[in-house]
Amino acid sequence: MNLLALYVDRSRLEIRALLRDKRSITFSMFLPIFLLLIFGSVFGHQEIGQSGVKFSQYFVAGMLASGLLYSAFQQLAIMIPEERSNGTLKRLVGSPMPKSVYFVGKFSCSLFIYVFQAIFLLGIGHLAFGITMPRSVNLWFVFVWVSFLGLIVSTLLGVAFSTLAKDGRAASALATPVVLFFQFTSGVYLIYTQLPRWMQTIAALFPLKWMAQAMRGVFLPAAFAANEAGGSYEFTKAAVVLGMWTVVGALLCAFTFRWLPKDAD
Amino acid sequence: MVDVKGLTRRYGDFCAVDGLDLVVTQGECLAVLGPNGAGKTTTIEILEGYRHRDAGDVHVLGVDPATADRRWRARLGIVLQSASDLGDLTVRESIQHFARFYSQPRLTSEVLDITGLTDKSDARNSSLSGGQRRRLDVALGIVGRPELLFLDEPTTGFDPEARQVFWQLIHRLKSEGTTIVLTTHYLEEADALADRVVVIARGRKVADTTPALLGRRTSDDVRVSWWEENERRDELTRTPTAFIASLSQRLGGEIPHLEVSRPTLEQAYLELLDEGERS
Repeated sequence: MNLLALYVDRSRLEIRALLRDKRSITFSMFLPIFLLLIFGSVFGHQEIGQSGVKFSQYFVAGMLASGLLYSAFQQLAIMIPEERSNGTLKRLVGSPMPKSVYFVGKFSCSLFIYVFQAIFLLGIGHLAFGITMPRSVNLWFVFVWVSFLGLIVSTLLGVAFSTLAKDGRAASALATPVVLFFQFTSGVYLIYTQLPRWMQTIAALFPLKWMAQAMRGVFLPAAFAANEAGGSYEFTKAAVVLGMWTVVGALLCAFTFRWLPKDAD
Repeated sequence: MVDVKGLTRRYGDFCAVDGLDLVVTQGECLAVLGPNGAGKTTTIEILEGYRHRDAGDVHVLGVDPATADRRWRARLGIVLQSASDLGDLTVRESIQHFARFYSQPRLTSEVLDITGLTDKSDARNSSLSGGQRRRLDVALGIVGRPELLFLDEPTTGFDPEARQVFWQLIHRLKSEGTTIVLTTHYLEEADALADRVVVIARGRKVADTTPALLGRRTSDDVRVSWWEENERRDELTRTPTAFIASLSQRLGGEIPHLEVSRPTLEQAYLELLDEGERS
């Protein structure tokens, strides 16, 4: 059996298991959609300053960026410790499975969750709150590469983060606050430029700020760029920062990933 | 199949495995028997390539597990001590998935049949009973036609009926020529399944014999007990008939509360462990 066929089989298995797990469905697949419905209903029609941009449009961009964290970082940071403590990883590493098969399966599962979220966020956002779609093919292209690169960074950091917790319960307590912290400081729930300077500085070192800003570049009018911290959506800079985090994430995974629980070797 | 010399593993100051030698030949079923904490799981997980060792030569299927690759893994079957993974999948899905990792896997229907899980093939793994779950673990261990199968305490926590069903499964695998190494702390399990028993205590081998000989070790000595002057007396003897005859003469006929017993396998085992503790 060739490697590609194993990737496909493992990916299908992971997605099938995901769809049978109510907790994952609630927290990873539907959470951003619930949040959009709540925030959109409460603040959706408010305008941001005099920009003519409604908060719901700003929020959808932030939720898509958050979706990259929910579907990969949070999902993996919780699932992998659970699979390390329940014997999944031990069984796999004791079998002749090529190790990459496991990670490809996880990435596919995260991609599946993200695509699901994106379709529902944009669909419900459009129908319920009048969210407008990207204005040009170019911006759709930006949307695709930001999503893809963002998902890779988020996956790598989720795999790296998974080493910190000893089981799923501990992982949940560790990963969830991290996601919330970056959502608040990176311009998802709050307008980035209205945050204290130091908070902006910290957030700008991490990926979510750049994912959210690039998503705004895709979904908000070109004129709104003047309201951004750098006076533009800075697509190139976002690509560079995400590229750097890809390298950092890959190195962290390579040096810290464990198949067995601590002290089990 | 397995050749181990001087295997040693320490956890801090605690020496879990202390200079253990072990040989397993082709087609054999070896039971590694010992109480909890004797070093059974550490030993077997070193052989499986999961744990590192501090000293000793280890060859499993001619390869050092510490440097083994996927080709080596494809020749092994591993049934771990406990696992609760794959809960959201069905029995059949799990077997089919693991079959893909091997070049010549058994048919899924064959694995279901051998492990007696045909009726449960579409059940979610999380709904299986303890015994069924362990049989699934064996199913995943044998799907790749392993030359050597490791079973780590496979029936711990089973009720007697589930244990019988499981033992039949192991007999079937043995009859197909699979070499098996199993750890257990149940003497009757070693007796029922193994061709040879290695008893370990405190990480050291205290016996390497057949189940029959393990029982016979002390069975030349027979215990005779009786009541005399309001207290229980007993005597170990190799000539119980002569002893009883002389005792009867001395007591003038009938011997009060006479009992004659050969030590059981269990007693032989416990004696061995005692010796192991003292050494």
